Amino acid sequence: MPKRHSPRGRHRYWLTLAIALGLTVSGCGQQYVVLHPKGPVATSELNLLILASVAMALVIIPVWMLFAYTLVRFRDNPRHEGVFVPKWQSSRLLEILLFVVPLIIVAVIAVPTVQKTYALDRLPPKKDPVVINVTSLDWKWLFQYPGQHIATVNYIEIPAGKPVLFELTADSPMNTFWIPQLGGMEYTMPGEVLPLWLEANKPGVYMGRSGQFSGTGFVHMVFSVKAVSSAAFNSWVQQVKTTAPGMSLATYHSIVKIGTMGHESFSSYPAGIFPTTTHGFTLTGSSPMKMP
Amino acid sequence: MSHIIAELFPPSTLRLFELIADVLIVLTTVSIVGVLTYTKKWVWLWREWLTSVDHKRIGIMYLIAALVMLFRGGVDALLLRTQLAFPNNHFLGPEHYDEIFTTHGTIMIFFMAMPFLFALFNVAVPLMIGARDVAFPRLNAVSFWLFAFGALLLNISFVIGGSPNAGWTAYPPLTELRFNPSVGENYYFLSLLIAGIGTTITGINFMVTILRMRAPGMTLMKMPMFVWTVLVTGALIIFAFPPLTVSLALTLFDRLFGSSFFTLGHGGMPMMFVNLFWLFGHPEVYIVVLPAFGIFSEVVPVFSDKKLYGYPIMVASVLAITVLSYGVWVHHFFTMGAGPGVNAFFGVSTMLIAIPTGVKIFNWVLTMWGGRIRFTVAMLWQLAFIPAFLIAGATGVLLATVPVDYQMHNSYFLIAHFHFALIGGTVFGVLSGMYYWWPKMFGYMLNERQGKVAFWLFFIGFLVTFVPQYMLGLEGMTRRMYTYPPGLGWSSLNLVSTIGAFTQGAGFLVIVYNVLWSMRYGERDLTGDPWNGRTLEWSIPSPAPEYNFAIVPVVHDRDAWWDMKQSGKSEAFKVKSSAIRPVHMPKRSAMPFLLGLSFFVVGFGMTFSWWVIAIIGGLGVLASLLYGAFDYDDFEELDPEVIRRTEAGLGRLQA
Repeated sequence: MPKRHSPRGRHRYWLTLAIALGLTVSGCGQQYVVLHPKGPVATSELNLLILASVAMALVIIPVWMLFAYTLVRFRDNPRHEGVFVPKWQSSRLLEILLFVVPLIIVAVIAVPTVQKTYALDRLPPKKDPVVINVTSLDWKWLFQYPGQHIATVNYIEIPAGKPVLFELTADSPMNTFWIPQLGGMEYTMPGEVLPLWLEANKPGVYMGRSGQFSGTGFVHMVFSVKAVSSAAFNSWVQQVKTTAPGMSLATYHSIVKIGTMGHESFSSYPAGIFPTTTHGFTLTGSSPMKMP
Repeated sequence: MSHIIAELFPPSTLRLFELIADVLIVLTTVSIVGVLTYTKKWVWLWREWLTSVDHKRIGIMYLIAALVMLFRGGVDALLLRTQLAFPNNHFLGPEHYDEIFTTHGTIMIFFMAMPFLFALFNVAVPLMIGARDVAFPRLNAVSFWLFAFGALLLNISFVIGGSPNAGWTAYPPLTELRFNPSVGENYYFLSLLIAGIGTTITGINFMVTILRMRAPGMTLMKMPMFVWTVLVTGALIIFAFPPLTVSLALTLFDRLFGSSFFTLGHGGMPMMFVNLFWLFGHPEVYIVVLPAFGIFSEVVPVFSDKKLYGYPIMVASVLAITVLSYGVWVHHFFTMGAGPGVNAFFGVSTMLIAIPTGVKIFNWVLTMWGGRIRFTVAMLWQLAFIPAFLIAGATGVLLATVPVDYQMHNSYFLIAHFHFALIGGTVFGVLSGMYYWWPKMFGYMLNERQGKVAFWLFFIGFLVTFVPQYMLGLEGMTRRMYTYPPGLGWSSLNLVSTIGAFTQGAGFLVIVYNVLWSMRYGERDLTGDPWNGRTLEWSIPSPAPEYNFAIVPVVHDRDAWWDMKQSGKSEAFKVKSSAIRPVHMPKRSAMPFLLGLSFFVVGFGMTFSWWVIAIIGGLGVLASLLYGAFDYDDFEELDPEVIRRTEAGLGRLQA
């Protein structure tokens, strides 16, 4: 039998379309960077966000409805239509439910939270990461590639499809290192080196910024992350090595000086400007963080 | 001389807004002084208010201070939102913006939310438990004056010397002298240290009051729910403020005396400050929200005409929240690399807090279930709280989900979350309490219609301000940015948020109008029980007489006053002339005011490292304490004849 749209069904069709459109315009546009992950870390963080949001919606929407119903039904009107039980104040069954149901919902969120928290702390096995040493300065980002012996300011290139291990420190007040489309943030703190691994699935340019206020120029602590193919990455490294100037200790000190900067590349950097000792937070698991 | 002037008035205090503020401050001060002199009210002000130790007067002074601070913090917020309304806006420069968000946060938490709650503690708690004052009336005044002078010290910073500019959390090394050479941060540390002493004393005072001074028959499990929340808040304060004091004092040492507790070099460990700060900071969230829960637990039964549902469970939930609140502080910095074990532990402990909180929300809804709900202004604030706080709680659970927090930390999602919690919880709570207890404080009602207009403006403005901020967080906007470029999708949401903020501002103005209008035309409360109340404060006249209860009531039931009314004993509550005994009353004292003033001088001197002034202030502190310690003439007997006359005048005396 041919299926025909009843007027009601058509309503539903338009409604679905309107919701989809509304979501595209308001909630799911590309500018919602957190909702458009481009790498495995950000994807797993988003999945957890969705799970937790659904679980929370299952709690608050029924409570809202119960609340609204209560207000309508038991409002004080002259006819006093609602049931009036001024002394009712306990019910054993309800009270058990009130504790047990939320406990179950919390468990539904807590178990994957703990699993993911541990999982994200491990580099994926059998993949050799590119290591980038990150130093936040007032108000710019200095990146050193210990494997390639090059350095950049305010931009990085990374190979897509390969994990990147960021080792984060600061020679300034604290900042957080954040590339929303690749994954969540981590602090840069003076005297500490914190590890963070991220990966880009596909080539592309992603925005990075600081999430921790560190003075008047902190707004300008944006950097771009260009994910490219492995071959393109290697040729970029070669290009920096051959064309960019070297960084002397004096150059480093001039970079550290307070102020903002554009993009810079350096074919070398002096030894010892990245801390070699740390308080001991390291990545656990298959590929322990190695200090240079 | 010129360098002193340069230090007192650096360029940051000579900008347009600051100069306008200067003019307004001078005009206000001159007019207040003028009015007081013209009407010859100086003696009255000194005797009746500045030296008063009466908990009701202290409560009213807290309330006035909190409303003034709400105005200041609100103006700060509007300036911030105006700057962010458009991309690349030039309304405020970065230095200015940083100062304003710092004072906005600091004032709203420490000098608005807390004193507003303390106002309601002072006004309601002794009356609810049938006491004649708090346990230590003079210390209560000390608390107030330390708070007031601490607030004054922070507030003069923007016209003298320069405002603090490192955020209300003041993380080092940004607050270190090397990165922050102006005196602004000194103001921050010293004002919070001074006010913090007062807060700690308040915590102790109310715990002792509640544990020792309840009317006969009022066992712990017969106390009104608000009293329970104040009791545990006292406990929270006593244990939460020491880590704050330590972290503030050590940072101040770093700045003033060259130590290196939290500095960038020399072995300092900035992260330790963060730990200590949040070891205070998370319980602080519950210090400001639990009493609001208490207020709701009073308002809902009264305006539903029904007993509070699940009282024992409410008590258990409050206690559970109190204990758990000490085990969650790391969730403020999951992104500081504490390792998966620590992060997972604190994530789960944070989620657990949602359970007792959720239970409380259910209990309020079940209290309304089967009642007769009256939509008064006090009740409307409570009703707005429930949906708002559900969102705050749900997004709180999202933030407790550690890997999600990696993405949300320090973003506008977080900003929206804690404004939903602190406005939806605390501000709605204190406004509900203000409208509820106003007749008891002043003897007249606030106009309901104007109050409803204010409520709707504020509530809708609140949603319009903060819902878009959740979305901005998902778009990658982080907190404390003074500007942003176009093209990131942030522009329209920011504009909407700004419009919402101004709507809230309009709501606040209507509240002010409501208060001023009602002062003159508001309905007088002649019964003392305008809401058909359930607890003891409604059994006495409005405003409560100096001695509160002519005869201390005997309590038989949880809703003591409602019980008396039900069993027809409320008439018998009229005072028998022969039963009136002399009342032991605390005497007014100048010591608390002078102590506060001396601390202010210490703080001001230390801010500028002007040690002579600081030492003079220190001697003042010592002198005030000694004077207070050796002043044994601190109580007086109130003549029964005075009580008889007062009660007869109110028509409450039995022949």
